[in-house]
Amino acid sequence: MKRKKNLFFAILAMLLIIMSTTVVSAQSNFIDKFHHNFIADQRWKYLTNGLLITLEISVVAVLIGIVGGFLIAILRSTFDTIEKKNIFTKTINWILKAYITVIRGTPAVIQLMIIYFVVFATTNVDKVTAAFISFGINSSAYIAEIVRSGIMSVDPGQFEAGRSLGFSHAGTMWHFILPQAFKNILPALGNEFIVLVKETSIAGYIGIVDLTKGGDIIRSRTYEAFLPLIAVALIYLVIVMFLTMLVGKLERRLKTDGK
Amino acid sequence: MENNKPMIHVEGLCKSFGKIDVLNGVDIDIEKGEVLVIIGPSGCGKSTFLRCLNRLEEPTAGKIFLDGTEITSPKTNINQQRQKMMMVFQHFNLFPHKTILQNLTIGPIKLKKMSKAEAEEKAMKILERIGMAEKAYAYPSQLSGGQKQRVAIGRALAMDPEVILFDEPTSALDPEMVGEVLEVMKELAKSGITMICVTHEMGFAREVASNIVFFDNGVVAEKGTPQEVLNNPKNERLQNFLAKVLV
Repeated sequence: MKRKKNLFFAILAMLLIIMSTTVVSAQSNFIDKFHHNFIADQRWKYLTNGLLITLEISVVAVLIGIVGGFLIAILRSTFDTIEKKNIFTKTINWILKAYITVIRGTPAVIQLMIIYFVVFATTNVDKVTAAFISFGINSSAYIAEIVRSGIMSVDPGQFEAGRSLGFSHAGTMWHFILPQAFKNILPALGNEFIVLVKETSIAGYIGIVDLTKGGDIIRSRTYEAFLPLIAVALIYLVIVMFLTMLVGKLERRLKTDGK
Repeated sequence: MENNKPMIHVEGLCKSFGKIDVLNGVDIDIEKGEVLVIIGPSGCGKSTFLRCLNRLEEPTAGKIFLDGTEITSPKTNINQQRQKMMMVFQHFNLFPHKTILQNLTIGPIKLKKMSKAEAEEKAMKILERIGMAEKAYAYPSQLSGGQKQRVAIGRALAMDPEVILFDEPTSALDPEMVGEVLEVMKELAKSGITMICVTHEMGFAREVASNIVFFDNGVVAEKGTPQEVLNNPKNERLQNFLAKVLV
């Protein structure tokens, strides 16, 4: 109930800002401007098509990020538990650590441009695929550390219990450690998804017409900044609130599953 | 030949953590059906010994044979051997995200490829035996300490082990709950399963143990029947130890 109230107030506040500033700053009325920015020449299509691209990049990148992140985290935490470390495992661990350091240490927009303008420069890979890969890689590094913290948060006794029953390392991870780790990291994962959705707004740097770029194009056509930008902001806000609600629902569902 | 072989044969078992030597050459034979109680001052290596037996700790040196199979050999599939030798932990280590019934059935279903129905039927029988049947669909967080430990024993039993290792099973319990766990263990001892038990419950040791070993400085300092070890201790450190615990 509280959530719904929050949503209501947020939207109401946004609308009030839009209305009041429009009233104060603009000579012509709101409806005219609205029509000019969104209806005329079917300009709303920049927003809806852009939104689809934004959602597409976000969803694929999240999937890549989850798979990559879990893999890296499992490898890294397995390395931490093995007693006899050899040159092979040490090298892998070093590479993974370097990967995380580099990805987290450089701006996502630079990574995106490197992937598209350098790595795929001579190939025929299209922009959106480059964005899938770039954002996926970026989020995998963050998710890896989140998942690793989750694995470490599970009582080591759980691992011993699984192994002592006769489960393999992988089996213990899968049946006992990851389900508990997942529950612990859900809020942090939700946060990462939210960050990722908003991060995709840099896709315009390689010429993708996503939601942000779509708003930008409207602005360049109508020479008005206010309405297109606010509309774009509102749409991001709604996506993020929707995501927050989903994560919250999942959290509550997992909670009833014992403690 | 089978009959002459001990259930567990340990020779020259050593374990050190970095520069600290915890076990300094343990030799011991445990017969089938034996209830062996391990006592000793804290830090003497009794828990480490138990954890070396199923290789939760990798021994630094020495050999361990379980039913004729050398489990310290790198060629041995330790996951398979562990299925014959369950462990009950001081802190229970039940799986909190699974119901009591699932705690008992996941091992048989996933590792022994038992059907769900069969595993559940068997688990219910075990739960009845340990007096936990009405909690089958509860989660571990809803149980008391004593109940949790009984379920942990049940989880071990569900795997049909040859041996159960008990690592101070009553040390984390409130005093009024110790009895119910010991009752289950006594009943188990009578059923003929091989048990190795690290405990401070001298009453239990006296009543149930076939043999008691006293660990000191990482070696077996004395071994014998409860009568011999508790009533006529020869080792001086054991005499001191007993003077402190048998008040």
